[in-house]
Amino acid sequence: MARADAGGSRSGKHLHEAALKRQHAREQWSVLSLVVPAMIVIVLIILIPLSWLFYLSFLGDDGGFSLENYHKMTQYKSYYRIFVTTFQVSILTTLACIALGYPLAFFLAQLPPRWAGVFMLAVLLPFWTSLLVRTYAWLVLLQKRGILNEFAMQVGLWETPIKLVHNLTGTLIGMAHIMLPFLILPLYNAMRKIDKDMMHAAANLGANPINAFWRVYFPLSLPGMVAGSLIVFVLCLGFYVTPAVLGGGRVIMVSNHITAILENQFDWGAASALGVVLLVATTFTLYVAARLFKFDAALFGRD
Amino acid sequence: MEIRTGLAAAIAATFALGAAATAEPITVVSWGGSYGQAQDNALFNDASRNSGIEIIRESGASMSKACLQVESGAVTWDLVVTGSGGAAAAAAKGCLEKIDYSVVDVSDFYPNTYTDHCVGSDVFATVMAWNTDKYGAPGSDGAPNSWADFFDVEKFPGTRAYRANNVDGALEPAVMADGVAPEDVYKVLATREGKERAINKIRELKPHIAVFWESGAMQAQLMKDGEVDMTTGWNGRFDNAKKDGATVGYTFNQALLDYDCFAMPKGAPNKDTAMAFLAEVSKAEYQANLPFHITYGPTNKKAYEVTTAPAELIRALPSHPDNVPFMVSVSLDWYAEHRAEALEMYIEMLSE
Repeated sequence: MARADAGGSRSGKHLHEAALKRQHAREQWSVLSLVVPAMIVIVLIILIPLSWLFYLSFLGDDGGFSLENYHKMTQYKSYYRIFVTTFQVSILTTLACIALGYPLAFFLAQLPPRWAGVFMLAVLLPFWTSLLVRTYAWLVLLQKRGILNEFAMQVGLWETPIKLVHNLTGTLIGMAHIMLPFLILPLYNAMRKIDKDMMHAAANLGANPINAFWRVYFPLSLPGMVAGSLIVFVLCLGFYVTPAVLGGGRVIMVSNHITAILENQFDWGAASALGVVLLVATTFTLYVAARLFKFDAALFGRD
Repeated sequence: MEIRTGLAAAIAATFALGAAATAEPITVVSWGGSYGQAQDNALFNDASRNSGIEIIRESGASMSKACLQVESGAVTWDLVVTGSGGAAAAAAKGCLEKIDYSVVDVSDFYPNTYTDHCVGSDVFATVMAWNTDKYGAPGSDGAPNSWADFFDVEKFPGTRAYRANNVDGALEPAVMADGVAPEDVYKVLATREGKERAINKIRELKPHIAVFWESGAMQAQLMKDGEVDMTTGWNGRFDNAKKDGATVGYTFNQALLDYDCFAMPKGAPNKDTAMAFLAEVSKAEYQANLPFHITYGPTNKKAYEVTTAPAELIRALPSHPDNVPFMVSVSLDWYAEHRAEALEMYIEMLSE
């Protein structure tokens, strides 16, 4: 502000400008000091362990600097495939969550707040149930002699059991169910903030409801959807329990392989290297996606 | 409670064992569930009382955790239960103390149930198990009886389960199914070609493998639920599944004879006391009680002489002299040398 007005009476403002600047700086520091406790926590529980992870991944068998942990990943095609599977599962889960979650959030946003609260409880209740319980519940529902197959065969929908679990299908069903609240909550929040008058104005200006939705409502709900999708996608990348239980050993994600390496070979270096590659790949993907879909502002705070 | 047991231990120690009299309690780590309970009831409680060595029991035994303790210089475990393969790998990494065989008496042990770094606690077998409704009771006409049958989906149509994420006990059945004699299994698997032969055999079966199992609990559950028709797994788990009403049977023919053991992390805080406890717990009189709690056999031959377990229970144990000749003993040397490579190849095939 001070700088913008600086064109006026220069000499007179000079004194005040310096004082204002000092005060501004003091204010900034005192505001900054509010985040110090959070910063300490982040340094202690994120930065230091993460640096340790990087350090371990470059440690060779002899204890010196080495790239052998990374070199090993290029020797076997399995590593490449495991990363492809990880991203594939994460993207598909995110898409499934959008397909299921968007209409649901839209529905909730249209309800009067009291009723929305009741329906929201239906979304949140499973969210508060243990992850393991929900995963095993899906196993009971979907397996060969599970509830779904038995029921469908009894009413004659199909004759032989359909393979719904111990594969990619089961993994996606389970993961989409577990991730859904992470998409709905930010999306619902964004939709609640959309001014209803916008839609009325669109109608008033001659847009039919479909047109008004796609050209007015949808773009306004996009930030919430992007935020929700990002949370879902990033959480999926590191998912362990659900693919392990519902994937039947066929859906091998990075986290599953890290466990295998640790349990079988006690190789912290190789396991760390996998973690580092996943971290770098995730950051890179988010960066590229941000550039492509122009949500840099939401992600990196740039405008 | 703690004071009372401590007092009891102190009194027992004063009277019985001079060596253990001033000793600190040792930390003994096993697995959870029925396995750890069986060990408490058959081994640990009695051995602790009789030797006067106080023990702290923990669950969640894992060689990777033991190695982490050693590497970070903060060892709190004295004795850890582990699979034989895990012990061999941990020993190769330098994570384990050498066992002092002047203290621990293994003269009555079966050969190949102890190494420089671990002492066998029980013998189990990796077997093929199947739905007896579908393929018939073990030993009956037309029932599966060899790994060749396991891999033969024309003769025995149906679904299979096999090991996930871990190569232990995964390649041996495949080469036997491919015609290798049981005694040559590890000779063949010592070469790259031999490993590829095994991997190719599993790859052939893969379209019929409906599930890859991750744990013993999962083996039992798959058979209970009828999710698959035939699986590999650990014999004790199927006996438990059968007790729970599953129609499951297995054969010891061509099964892989393996053992669990006690290992001591390098730098264990109470090394000498733990060694004395290891000597006590390895005695036949304790192992003789194990069959009452889990169908895993003793590593100490003499346990068969002193046990009071009924004959049919004894006869069903993997280390029973009548069963052993049909089986292949797992080679720890092979695992120490080839495990890493075999695991990469196996995961490579699984990820296809």
